[in-house]
Amino acid sequence: MTDSTSGSSGAKPGKSGGVNLVHLILEGRAFFALIAIIAVFSVLSPNYFSLSNFLIMSSQVAIFGLLAIGMLLVILSGGIDLSVGSTLALAGVFAGFLMQGVELTSLGVILYLPVWAVVICTLAVGAFVGLVNGILVAWLKVPAFVATLGTLYVARGVALLMTNGLTFNNLAGRPELGNTGFEWLGFNRLWGVPFSIFVLAAIAVATYLLLTRTPFGRWLYSTGGNPKAAELSGVPVRSVYIWVYVLSGMCAAVAGIVLSSQLTSAGPTAGTTYELTAIAAVVVGGASLMGGRGTVGGTLLGAFVIVFLGAGLVIIGVSSYWQTVFTGAVIVLAVMLNSIQYGGKGRPG
Amino acid sequence: MKAPRTDESPEGRPDTAEVVLAARNVAKSFGAVHALKGVNFDVHRGQVTTLFGENGAGKSTLMKILSGVQLPTSGELILDGEPVQIRSTVEARDRGISIIHQELSLAPNMNVRDNIFMGREIMGRTGIDYAAEERETRALMRELEEDIDPLTLVENLRLGQQQIVEIARALSVNSRILIMDEPTSALSASEVEVLFGVIRDLKAKGVSIVYISHHLEEALTITDHAVVLRDGIMTAYAPRDEIDLEWIVRNMVGENFDLGTPPEGHEMGPPALELKGLCVPAASGSGYAVNRLDLTVRSGEVVCIYGLMGAGRTEMMECVAGRLPASEGQILLHGKEVSNPTIAGQIGAGLVLVPEDRQRDGLVQTMSVGRNLSLASIGQFTRGLFTNRREEDVIVDQAIREVTVKTDGASAPIGSLSGGNQQKVVIGKMLATKPSVVLLDEPSRGIDIGAKSEVFRILADHAKDGMAVIYSTSEVGECLAIAHRVIVMRRGTIAAEFTHDVTKEQIMAASGESLVA
Repeated sequence: MTDSTSGSSGAKPGKSGGVNLVHLILEGRAFFALIAIIAVFSVLSPNYFSLSNFLIMSSQVAIFGLLAIGMLLVILSGGIDLSVGSTLALAGVFAGFLMQGVELTSLGVILYLPVWAVVICTLAVGAFVGLVNGILVAWLKVPAFVATLGTLYVARGVALLMTNGLTFNNLAGRPELGNTGFEWLGFNRLWGVPFSIFVLAAIAVATYLLLTRTPFGRWLYSTGGNPKAAELSGVPVRSVYIWVYVLSGMCAAVAGIVLSSQLTSAGPTAGTTYELTAIAAVVVGGASLMGGRGTVGGTLLGAFVIVFLGAGLVIIGVSSYWQTVFTGAVIVLAVMLNSIQYGGKGRPG
Repeated sequence: MKAPRTDESPEGRPDTAEVVLAARNVAKSFGAVHALKGVNFDVHRGQVTTLFGENGAGKSTLMKILSGVQLPTSGELILDGEPVQIRSTVEARDRGISIIHQELSLAPNMNVRDNIFMGREIMGRTGIDYAAEERETRALMRELEEDIDPLTLVENLRLGQQQIVEIARALSVNSRILIMDEPTSALSASEVEVLFGVIRDLKAKGVSIVYISHHLEEALTITDHAVVLRDGIMTAYAPRDEIDLEWIVRNMVGENFDLGTPPEGHEMGPPALELKGLCVPAASGSGYAVNRLDLTVRSGEVVCIYGLMGAGRTEMMECVAGRLPASEGQILLHGKEVSNPTIAGQIGAGLVLVPEDRQRDGLVQTMSVGRNLSLASIGQFTRGLFTNRREEDVIVDQAIREVTVKTDGASAPIGSLSGGNQQKVVIGKMLATKPSVVLLDEPSRGIDIGAKSEVFRILADHAKDGMAVIYSTSEVGECLAIAHRVIVMRRGTIAAEFTHDVTKEQIMAASGESLVA
């Protein structure tokens, strides 16, 4: 039987050193891209490589990183979540609405919630939007692209309705009402680092553990890789779909709170097209839009690459139109490299 | 490579006056898998050459080579006496070779006329000349004696009529050689008669036909030459008047390669799985895929389910495993009724399914060998919130040893394994859940014979330890391997039940395989 003995020989193709170097650069491309971006812009502008600029940029990274981590979960499942930008705005507006005081006409009182309660209610709103997405995708079999496109419009519309298109400007609260401290998230610094970065780090670590150490992580990777095989292995595929959208919605709500806290205002048009930036970060970070491949680390790098590139272009005075062109080119390049990396694998023969 | 044992295999240059197309030592490998190992045969002008062989014997690979879908690894095709390389289906069509696939390649959302002229539309002065296309379509339909309006949507046609449309399309490009892959599998008896009439007409016009069918007797009524393949080797080649049904079966199935014997020396336990009057609706919405099926399998027993495609084997297994809902009937697992089974619930209760199509339903291609193996038993190594790597490694290493997967290690990508080893991973994944009842849908499909016997040995060993094993197959030789009992399914019900001492011919007769539909 010549067949059975040659069975494993295909698994060991001879690899030369050159191939390995190419492989290494391909694997770590987001990291090398980030180094290259920092190096190039530091040379082009003395203002780029400075502490204050890094702090400004990292505040932006916090917003996009939070959205991108939620997006990563959805993309790992093989779906897409276009509603995160709108959810971010809705969450911000909802938080602002609660901070203004909720008038309960039947009781004749105005309710001022403490900030922690506002945060919890806002997270619940994000989770609710995600739940709607998840039910549409998992139970009603609406394609993820269409389902989340719908909630993109609905969430944005609700945010506009809640404020009549206006912006909540005063989120500071009043000491006599006991609801101060909302701006704390956006402005406070710990060891000189904006607090929002710690929020991002905490959520990134939690997501990393979720993906690598828990059964849910394994379920998610298998669902994205092959939902049929996962289902036949006893994986609760539908729950996985619902949970990734819920978690993505909650990440968007956190980003909405952080953004409105940074700005001390909450507008219904915040976060427009942020969903595309988040998708770009995930893709640049090496995740496959087909699902099943991607890491938290890669996604964070992707968020850094997108933000650091955009900020660098601003600093050296490139027109914002060109920034759009550059960002687009980077995304297409990233997807091209992804298909080179994943293209040959996973097919028999 | 072993020289193929051939009866009257043609060698050297064919006689060009008679032979339109000839294959000489055609071989094809996919990585480590040798799908074809040197095949010789001739296609004669105006005659039907039939390819016989079980699933995985290499018939479809040979078809793909003849029709330009794939190039052979070695060997050559000789068309009209000239060696040719057919690099694409368009090139094949230009040379007069057309193929009618088993899975029809029609666009159901378009009408008959547009399907027939798809990709080579007749252009008039103002775009496509629909009138001319329609005229030609009507002429073709008259020729085929089929009353199909050219403007009917293909999705509104019966399967048999769709088959006729496929044939009309092949005829419309003036094919000299027509390859038909299982053309009768979806046809009713009267439609088969029409098709055979068409084939006779085509022969009279000098069209050569390469025919593939599982319905042996049916194929014998139409064929002029027979080519038999087994495990990628051509085992026999003869003209029609020298052969009979028994000759074909003997050459198809071959001498028994030892696929094992039923495990002995252990006590059969109480019934592990009982099905009572199980009904599963057909996917098409009308009728039943499984119709009032009763089956009892005891602990330690190995049962083989044999049947043709569409006999309801897959539906029965998927229903028991919780993937398809039953419309009627009872499923009892160890004497307890399971109502509304779910996949996860059945795995928890000790019943697992190894699916038929390992690429589509069995493996997660983006994950490593180890991750695939542990996927169904994550609960076993979860402590609190987190999975325990060390305990997972123990389970994975044990599974790799138990089902003897040849791999570079648990972290190797699943795509680096050969087909047989991938199949062992799918089986090992389900066995790692420590089941008491295991259902395997075509566990030997698309793997080489060495891996087959290993798979059967693993299953026999587990049966000895008290597991109930139910496997399905469409290769009759495998029924006789390790099964204590052979159940033949036909049209959703049990057509016959045999003990281990049954013959291949009896099984095939009961399945309807050798009968004209």
